[in-house]
Amino acid sequence: MSNRSFYNEILTEHNMHPDFKHPLPDADLVLEGVNPTCGDDIFLRLKVDENDTIIDGAYDGDGCAISQASADIMLGLIVGRPREEALHLADIFIRMIKKEATDEEIEELEEASVLQDISHMPSRVKCAVLGWHTLQEIFKPSGRKTAEENAVRMRPRN
Amino acid sequence: MNHRYKATGQNSAGRKQSMQCRQKEIHAASGDYVIQRKQAAMNTKITDRIRDDFPLLINTQEAYLDNAATSQKPQCVIDAVEDFYRRSNANPLRGLYELSFQATDRYEAAREAVARFIHAGESAEIIFTRNTTESLNLVAYSYGLANLHEGDEIVVSITEHHSNILPWQMVAARTGAKLIYLECEPDGRITDESIERTITEKARLVAVGEVSNVTGRRNPVEKIIAKAHSVGAVTVVDGAQSTPHMPVDVQALDTDFFAFSGHKLLGPMGIGVLYGKRELLEAMPPFLTGGEMIQTVTREGAVWAELPHKFEAGTVNAADAVGLHAAIDYITGLGFEAIMEREEALTALAMEGMKKIPHLQLIGSEDPAEHNGILNFVIDGVHPHDISAILDADGIDVRAGHHCAQPLLNHLGYRSTTRASLMFYNTEEEIGRLLESLATVRRRMGYQD
Repeated sequence: MSNRSFYNEILTEHNMHPDFKHPLPDADLVLEGVNPTCGDDIFLRLKVDENDTIIDGAYDGDGCAISQASADIMLGLIVGRPREEALHLADIFIRMIKKEATDEEIEELEEASVLQDISHMPSRVKCAVLGWHTLQEIFKPSGRKTAEENAVRMRPRN
Repeated sequence: MNHRYKATGQNSAGRKQSMQCRQKEIHAASGDYVIQRKQAAMNTKITDRIRDDFPLLINTQEAYLDNAATSQKPQCVIDAVEDFYRRSNANPLRGLYELSFQATDRYEAAREAVARFIHAGESAEIIFTRNTTESLNLVAYSYGLANLHEGDEIVVSITEHHSNILPWQMVAARTGAKLIYLECEPDGRITDESIERTITEKARLVAVGEVSNVTGRRNPVEKIIAKAHSVGAVTVVDGAQSTPHMPVDVQALDTDFFAFSGHKLLGPMGIGVLYGKRELLEAMPPFLTGGEMIQTVTREGAVWAELPHKFEAGTVNAADAVGLHAAIDYITGLGFEAIMEREEALTALAMEGMKKIPHLQLIGSEDPAEHNGILNFVIDGVHPHDISAILDADGIDVRAGHHCAQPLLNHLGYRSTTRASLMFYNTEEEIGRLLESLATVRRRMGYQD
């Protein structure tokens, strides 16, 4: 496909006017995700309650429109959800990029489904999944940090 | 991506040889061969017709503007590699039979062509490697580890590609020598003052690229070499970005080492060159050990072969050396005067157009002559990877990222940039397409202006 049409309004809008790109000083979880091939990186920050429900989230970082918009869309989808639901969506998203998700599953991703066509652009796949991989890692014991200085550098798997 | 290519059905073998490629004809005569070179038509103007020499350019509608990464190959280079395998393939330097002699002769003829191309004193000072990176590593591991000590300083220009930084970081870490950076100005210039201040009596080795792959600017290598020698330091010049675009004379430069790659100057991938002064090379230990680099081997040890074979362990890449020879003949046939004139005109056209595009900032000099075909830029609010993706959608190939020069980009205040890099076979029409596409980037990313 031509990516002439790929930078659609939803992506450019999230890139130019992100809802979740701001500081979150009282975050409970912080993790940096790095895409070593192109240098994109984001800091994902989440506030969770005692039941691991995500009550707030934010990100900052530097990267292409796809990595930034994908992280912004992701946060719009997961804030307010329990951890299990957020991880369920991350699983679907990553399978969608690998063309392994069903249409019903992709529907669950709501706005994030606009990134479906990225699977045709191998060079941009890592950009699209950066935020989602970081989300998967942040709930793991190694990703569970309570202060930014403890943040570990994560390298997304290929 | 098939839709981008013309379905011409043309077979390169069936295509008539072009003017430039016909300059070199190889004749087989009773198991022997001779290379006949017709007098090259020096310094004639290069026109768009030059593209007929490059099969890939004939068969693509894309504007290939990533020449600083690698160049396209003319038919004569492709033919030379194929011809080596068709008619001269045997392990060079070892076999005691006619075919191996032929392979050796063609390999050594390539070495002589390289020596003439960069004006080395003798061909024994030319070592074939895989690429610039391997050449620089050879100097670092062989010369660097043997000669650098704690308290010594290694001076490296901040404008370097990672391949001329990491080997020196390794030498510094292993020997205790200190790595010092020769800083540049915001436009990439290295000043006399910076040279004087940075290269001190403690300097034992100075490594600098002749042309930056980020700004395209030629560094004042003559001054840097003179200063280095005045304090007794040896010099290593990375010529990866200069050799395709300008004449090089290693003896006039008086550099101790000079490295470059074949693939950036129309040659095959996998063949590179290290030039070193004889007295230095002779005193250096081998980099790799094994076959073809020894005189005698006993149970206890070995006597190394003479130069240059001491540094060419294992079966050599003769076919690609022969390809590089053809590339050098081709470039010499065109003449650097014509190449530089054409590239500067294209660069000037591109720079003029870029200046008119709002929110676009070009990195480096204001003078097209100081870019050597390299146009690195940023566009406000648009990430370089997105610029590259949009240009790709329009059939224009550029590079986005840190260009393997992260310390320089950080020094200049960028995380990543987009780079278009030109070669004499690019056209005004391609520059026009680049400018047209660049002018639409911000709008396509959602901006109003």
